Amino acid sequence: MTNPIANIQRSVADFRQMDKADKKRYITDLVLNNALYILLFVFVIYTAIQKPHFLSLGSFANLVIQVAAYLPMALGIAGCIVLTGTDLSAGRISGLTAAVAGVFLQKTDFVNKMFQNLPEVNGWWIAATLLAVVAIGAVIGLVNGFFVAKFSLHPFIVTLSTQLITYGIILWFFALNGNNGQPISGLSDEYKTFVNGEMFRLGNVAVPRYVLYALLLIVIMWFIWNKTTFGKNMFAVGSNAEAAKVSGVNVFWTTVLVHTLAGAAYGYTGFIEGARSGSVAPNSGLNTECDAIAACVIGGVSFVGGTGKISGIILGVVILRLIFVALTMLGVDSSSLYIIKGAIILCACALDMRKYLVKK
Amino acid sequence: MDQNVLLKMTGITKTFPGVKALDGVNFELKAGTVHALMGENGAGKSTLMKCLFGIYAKDGGQILLDGKEIDFKSSKEALENGVAMVHQELNQALKRSVMDNIWLGRYPKIGGIMVDEKKMYKDTKAVFDELGIDVDPHRIMSTMSVSQRQMVEIAKAVSYNSKIIVFDEPTSSLTEQEVEHLFEIINMLRDRGVGIIYISHKMAEIKRISDYITVMRDGKWIATDHADNLEMADIIRLMVGRELTNQFPPKTNVPGDVVLEVQNVTGLYNQLQDVSFNARKGEILGLAGLESSGRTETLESIFGIRTRKSGTIALDGKPCFNRSAHESIKNGFSLLTEERRATGIFGVLDIKDNTVISSLKRHLRFGLWLSDKSQREDTQYYIDAMRTKTPSQDTKIRSLSGGNQQKVIIGRWLLTDPEVLLLDEPTRGIDVGAKYEIYQLIIDLANKGKTVIVVSSEMPELLGICDRIVVMSGGRVAGEVDGQNTTQEDIMTLAAKYV
Repeated sequence: MTNPIANIQRSVADFRQMDKADKKRYITDLVLNNALYILLFVFVIYTAIQKPHFLSLGSFANLVIQVAAYLPMALGIAGCIVLTGTDLSAGRISGLTAAVAGVFLQKTDFVNKMFQNLPEVNGWWIAATLLAVVAIGAVIGLVNGFFVAKFSLHPFIVTLSTQLITYGIILWFFALNGNNGQPISGLSDEYKTFVNGEMFRLGNVAVPRYVLYALLLIVIMWFIWNKTTFGKNMFAVGSNAEAAKVSGVNVFWTTVLVHTLAGAAYGYTGFIEGARSGSVAPNSGLNTECDAIAACVIGGVSFVGGTGKISGIILGVVILRLIFVALTMLGVDSSSLYIIKGAIILCACALDMRKYLVKK
Repeated sequence: MDQNVLLKMTGITKTFPGVKALDGVNFELKAGTVHALMGENGAGKSTLMKCLFGIYAKDGGQILLDGKEIDFKSSKEALENGVAMVHQELNQALKRSVMDNIWLGRYPKIGGIMVDEKKMYKDTKAVFDELGIDVDPHRIMSTMSVSQRQMVEIAKAVSYNSKIIVFDEPTSSLTEQEVEHLFEIINMLRDRGVGIIYISHKMAEIKRISDYITVMRDGKWIATDHADNLEMADIIRLMVGRELTNQFPPKTNVPGDVVLEVQNVTGLYNQLQDVSFNARKGEILGLAGLESSGRTETLESIFGIRTRKSGTIALDGKPCFNRSAHESIKNGFSLLTEERRATGIFGVLDIKDNTVISSLKRHLRFGLWLSDKSQREDTQYYIDAMRTKTPSQDTKIRSLSGGNQQKVIIGRWLLTDPEVLLLDEPTRGIDVGAKYEIYQLIIDLANKGKTVIVVSSEMPELLGICDRIVVMSGGRVAGEVDGQNTTQEDIMTLAAKYV
């Protein structure tokens, strides 16, 4: 049906027929619509020339690992953005679930173990913990969604509130059993292996198991977004909530479910982060939602609502991580890193918005 | 004639893609007179005024104000030159005070920086006293009634020393007493030599207040005369007198037994009152009436997206509660909304998603996932059946023309296999060729035994395709007429019954 070569030939023929001014506009449009990729390409070439090591298998593996760690939260938050909302509580929710997972899965003989009477850590207990933290995340997400849908509050306000509330719960949790806010450490080897265990080596870099889990999550989320009634309804509500209502979509439940699903994704993120970092502090997960939102926006999940693809989100996370890895390799200091990151998000949003503006 | 001409508009032309909204319109306003501008919905009254105020740029013609040619670029510029408008929908800063609204954009200043609140208060008070308006200038707009807010708008126009004031449907949300007060003010302004353009649908009002009447139809000037020389019947004839030739496909549907019974529907948050009617299988039933007569509210109440206070709906003798759109769809109802862009299309989604959104259940496999293949089949079927012009199923709907968007949405509803189709202004903003296709589609649906209820502001359209027409007025059913042996004049008379 769609033949790419014929398409290109047709585009070229169309282009030839344009007059000079139209040609200029066409090229400007083409460049601006793909500006991000063009810049990225130039940037990768530059880094590769400066540091040939950048294009090695090892650094590729490194990139994949980082993407796998950052992706789950972005996949969750993307749904909120499709609904023209956002989620500021993501980082704190993952912080809470990381702490819960950590406490549940501490070594049996660890001196500072917070709860002494927990069962021995085995496969079943790890699975139960995973389910529990995903459920905790989902419940907080449900609260977010309920307030957004029921009271027509802006998600910014709702999630700002739950962010604070969740932080309060985290602080309270860290003070339990005389823990006094100390980081939770002494995580059991079974837990660490479950998340961080080496699957195989790629260019001398050990690839951990959570890369596999991330792949699994991508498949699940892709299925939900593209193949289920819920997914279709989500895009409809994000695109035009009023029309969705008239079309018989249950806007309330769709909104609640999107936030619940997002919460579950943060819960999972916390579970992985706990083992990845080896110890959980009260401030774990702080501000990580910013990276996730940025990745979504860069990947074309627009705040306009109703648009976005799973592939776009992955691309967004990859671009953000790639720039980070490359800049670090080039020896750019961390203050400049933040400035560059901010500039990229700004550019990406401006370029994205350009596509939705009605030309007058 | 000793009165001097304030405003002279000659040969005003304005074209929108596909429509000639204004076609060489002439209009003349004399000082110290009230000049009514009349015409059906879409006759071009508002467009003409928007050209005067520079909201639209006119394509051709000339506007003379006091003999000087003008071409305002914005309503602010018009206001500064003494031409003001009291809008139908009031554009006011509701969270601000009365005097803020009057002096917005030209606050009196002290030393060029500080706003002179005292002067503002004094000046506001002076204008109010002059007009006999009893409102505290410090009051917040949102705490006041619509009529009070309208008075503020008039006071604002007066405070600019306006020579011309346009009233656009000023009485549509006023009580009788408030209308009296408004007319007092208008008469006072007239006596002071202000030229007033008065746009309204309400015949009785027009006859009472105006000195001259100009009738427009289909974007053209039709007639201007002294109000005394025109009888109500003349005005109606001038307004609707349009030729009907082959605009409509032949009517082939045959209505059967009564299937839909709507009884005593009264709105909780709107003006609907005891609306009752029934509709037959295979019948096309029209709902006529003026703007805000409750036609849209009736459809939306039946479909459950407006709250009913009381009343029942029954399909095939079985009561339908229709508490939400979801439930109504299940009960065999569907609603094509009036505002296609606001409540119809999902602009950023493609044709396929727009088509299947209300009938996703059909595509569900094992209660788990949606079959892409069957979604594409359904979409393609309706693209072909309706001859929708689109490059592909993956085209975003917002890039289609209005008529094609409408076809996609009708397809969406047909996929829910409805028994009753509620169509609110199905041909609004659609060019003539596409209109014919939509009419044909409606008749085909009736032929298949569906019950179709059509709301339209275009009376010829209703007379052309409907078997029966229920006329609404002021939120009530004013009467019912036959689709074949009725004239537009009959409908208009009924439509004015409760206004």
